[in-house]
Amino acid sequence: MDDRKLKAARQFIEAIPHSRALGMVLDTLEDGVAVISMPYDARFVGDPQTGVIHGGAVSALMDSCSGAAVMSHPTGVIGTATIDLRIDYMRPARPGDRITARAECYHVTRAVAFVRATAHDADTDRPVATATGAFTLERAKEARA
Amino acid sequence: MSARAKPEPVQVVKERRDAALRALVHGVPYIQFLGIEFDRRGDELTALLPFDDKLIGNPMLPAIHGGVTAAFLEVTAIIELSWSLVWDEMESGRLDPRKLDPSHLPRLPKTIDFTVDYLRTGLPRDAYARARLNRSGRRYASVHVEAWQDNRSRLFAQGTGHFLMPERDARPDG
Repeated sequence: MDDRKLKAARQFIEAIPHSRALGMVLDTLEDGVAVISMPYDARFVGDPQTGVIHGGAVSALMDSCSGAAVMSHPTGVIGTATIDLRIDYMRPARPGDRITARAECYHVTRAVAFVRATAHDADTDRPVATATGAFTLERAKEARA
Repeated sequence: MSARAKPEPVQVVKERRDAALRALVHGVPYIQFLGIEFDRRGDELTALLPFDDKLIGNPMLPAIHGGVTAAFLEVTAIIELSWSLVWDEMESGRLDPRKLDPSHLPRLPKTIDFTVDYLRTGLPRDAYARARLNRSGRRYASVHVEAWQDNRSRLFAQGTGHFLMPERDARPDG
């Protein structure tokens, strides 16, 4: 994706009120693969005794990143919505670290997109969480069934 | 004939239970960030997510962000699970809710996995959720959550999660 298109996509995603509230930044977006990251913020803590970010905030990051991956699929996608999303939590994210999610739209049919995603903190070798999801697909110039 | 102990005044019982629930819910920053509150009737909880502009995921419709829906369901599941542990401890007198503050909260269950079904668009209005503990064992728990907006029978999302239970003897109040 050229810089102009990436900039437009970045503005679009960062203009979503909840993504902005969580401080999400679109790092890269290309042909069905999206990378979005989110800073550590004390307001997002789920366990006050450890300072670990709440799973719900990680879910929001995974959902946004997966949706962006679907939108960037090179088959003229104009709209998408989550059908289902499953998240597996491997380990707590390290307090203070930025969390980065990478989502890949690995298969599409006429009406459905399949996505998998991984999230990690500063330690990029051990994922914090993984996700799989199914998303609706709307394409341009396609009569609604 | 020995006199039976007088039952506690209802306000004392209510205040103790409400204080425990408040400590549990208000001690978690992310629950405060989303603005989630819990309504209690006996031991039954209903989660409430008041609508706010910062929860929007699609400004065109507008619709609640899918991540907010997922978080709302997960928070409801975790609080329901923690509440069931606190309830037993509290009612048996082993836990004094007055000693609960953000640095002395009961250990929270950890999410192993969570699956969300998005059934309808989350509309720009208040949402409600209730969780059911399908299994709550010593180490693992399975929890189902349903969320709705205007009509209780028209769910906009449901979820199932598996949780690792906190270790019992690691509780601060012993």
